[in-house]
Amino acid sequence: MRYKKTVNVCLGIESTAHTFGVALVSNDGRILCDYKSVYNPPLGKGIHPREAAQHHSEHSANTLKRCLESSGLSLNSINCIAFSSGPGLGPVLRTGASIARALAIWLNKPLIPIHHAIGHIELACKLTGAKNPLIVLVSGGHTMIGAYAARKCRVFGETEDITLGNLLDVFGREAGLPFPSGPYIEKLAKEGNDFIDLPYVVKGNDVSYSGLLTSTLAKFKEGFDLKHLCFSLQEVSFSMLTEATERALAHIERDEVLLTGGVAANARLSNMLRTMTEDHNAKFFVVPREYCGDCGAQIAWTGILAYESGVMTDVNNSFVIPRWRIDDVEIPWRH
Amino acid sequence: MVLIKKGAEAELFLETWCEKKVILKRRTPKSYRIPDLDLKLRSYRTIHEAMLIHQAKLVGIPTPLIYLVDTINSTIIMEYIIGKQLRELANESSELTLKPIFLRIGRSIGKLHSSGIIHGDLTTSNLIIDPQKRIFFIDFGLGKKSLELEERSVDLFLLKRTLNSTHYLSADPFFSWVLEGYEKNVGNKNRMAVERRIKAIADRGRYTTSN
Repeated sequence: MRYKKTVNVCLGIESTAHTFGVALVSNDGRILCDYKSVYNPPLGKGIHPREAAQHHSEHSANTLKRCLESSGLSLNSINCIAFSSGPGLGPVLRTGASIARALAIWLNKPLIPIHHAIGHIELACKLTGAKNPLIVLVSGGHTMIGAYAARKCRVFGETEDITLGNLLDVFGREAGLPFPSGPYIEKLAKEGNDFIDLPYVVKGNDVSYSGLLTSTLAKFKEGFDLKHLCFSLQEVSFSMLTEATERALAHIERDEVLLTGGVAANARLSNMLRTMTEDHNAKFFVVPREYCGDCGAQIAWTGILAYESGVMTDVNNSFVIPRWRIDDVEIPWRH
Repeated sequence: MVLIKKGAEAELFLETWCEKKVILKRRTPKSYRIPDLDLKLRSYRTIHEAMLIHQAKLVGIPTPLIYLVDTINSTIIMEYIIGKQLRELANESSELTLKPIFLRIGRSIGKLHSSGIIHGDLTTSNLIIDPQKRIFFIDFGLGKKSLELEERSVDLFLLKRTLNSTHYLSADPFFSWVLEGYEKNVGNKNRMAVERRIKAIADRGRYTTSN
């Protein structure tokens, strides 16, 4: 074994949506390897849960093997096994959980259930050095503005209906763009400049995107130019989120803002939030692009934190939780 | 002009105007959003805020007096309220002393709602208790005129969310007192309808278990 005995290594398995990810992370914060296999739905379609689950189980052995090979570690040098136990698509969660359980039994190692979104936040904190930020989590599953306080992630604002990732994906799908549509919309938006008026809905620190989706789709069907629509959709939806974040920041007065989750890859969104944050003399952090999307590392690193705090489950009780609110998660390492 | 608070969408300055100490609230341009959208939001909200503050006062809710509205510079000059934000008060007072305050807040919200005024941003930062124990409602920038059940319920849902995130140790009693006070103004039937809708709004959110 290449690493000293005092170093703990966690194997993390991510399986909540279209990504099956495996990573090994050590307790000194090194990502020893991080591999993923991504299910791509056919053009014009979204994620089909059963097909995604099938994809993940077909590719799991290979992803795990490649991951181990590149790290130079053997399965025996792993101290614990963490898996994404929710929230997410049931069949996909169960695939990941089955693999994690099998490994835990076979290797006789502790099994650690991890909330997928807490994984996004903890990995981003680790990689950026943010300590106790106001968190902006944007992905296909979440659009949430929160902060840690007394062992929980407190939600200051969130979407009251669909998420930002969902808004972009559904609009993209209907407009004939591939999944996930965010990067394609971002590219088209750069060519657009004619601002089309769309519904802007901020409620306190909350946002609501469903009316914006309906209205943008209606304009698309009326024949409005796609690049101008993409530009306007980004401007309105991102401004809404930035404003809601600004409200939360003024309310709780933290000195850091952290952007994480899949949509964090969007340069326009991250620039908007950076401008706003610096305006309030706070520090802005954004998760590195290669770790924006779902990955094993977010589960493995959070697995280390949980392991060191004594969080684990026995296999008999290692249920997956497809619906699991982020503010219901006990986080013992965040006092 | 002394900057006393840099809020989310506006800067508040303490100024002397016609020999009075006043608050100058300026909605500054936001460089993160494009000018088209920025100008539209700022001027719309300046007008609406002044209008709603005035209308709230007409139905008996303490709000700052409006002295001047400048839509071109998105600026409102209004009365300077000396007092303490509920957010601070709630953190340093006992539940017992806070109960009558939350009951009165609930009653005031009921009064606003019965008059078709939705505050739109009911946080504990936007309620000020003055030395005479009057409760001032400020910051109506996201407010609107509506009698819809949905709008009334969202208004209270947002307050509940703030209590849960900012005052999590006592959020449940605080909110139940608000509802108790609210019922005194709007009646039991309306309170129950709003409570049911608040539950429905929460259930529309992400990863809730009852849908």
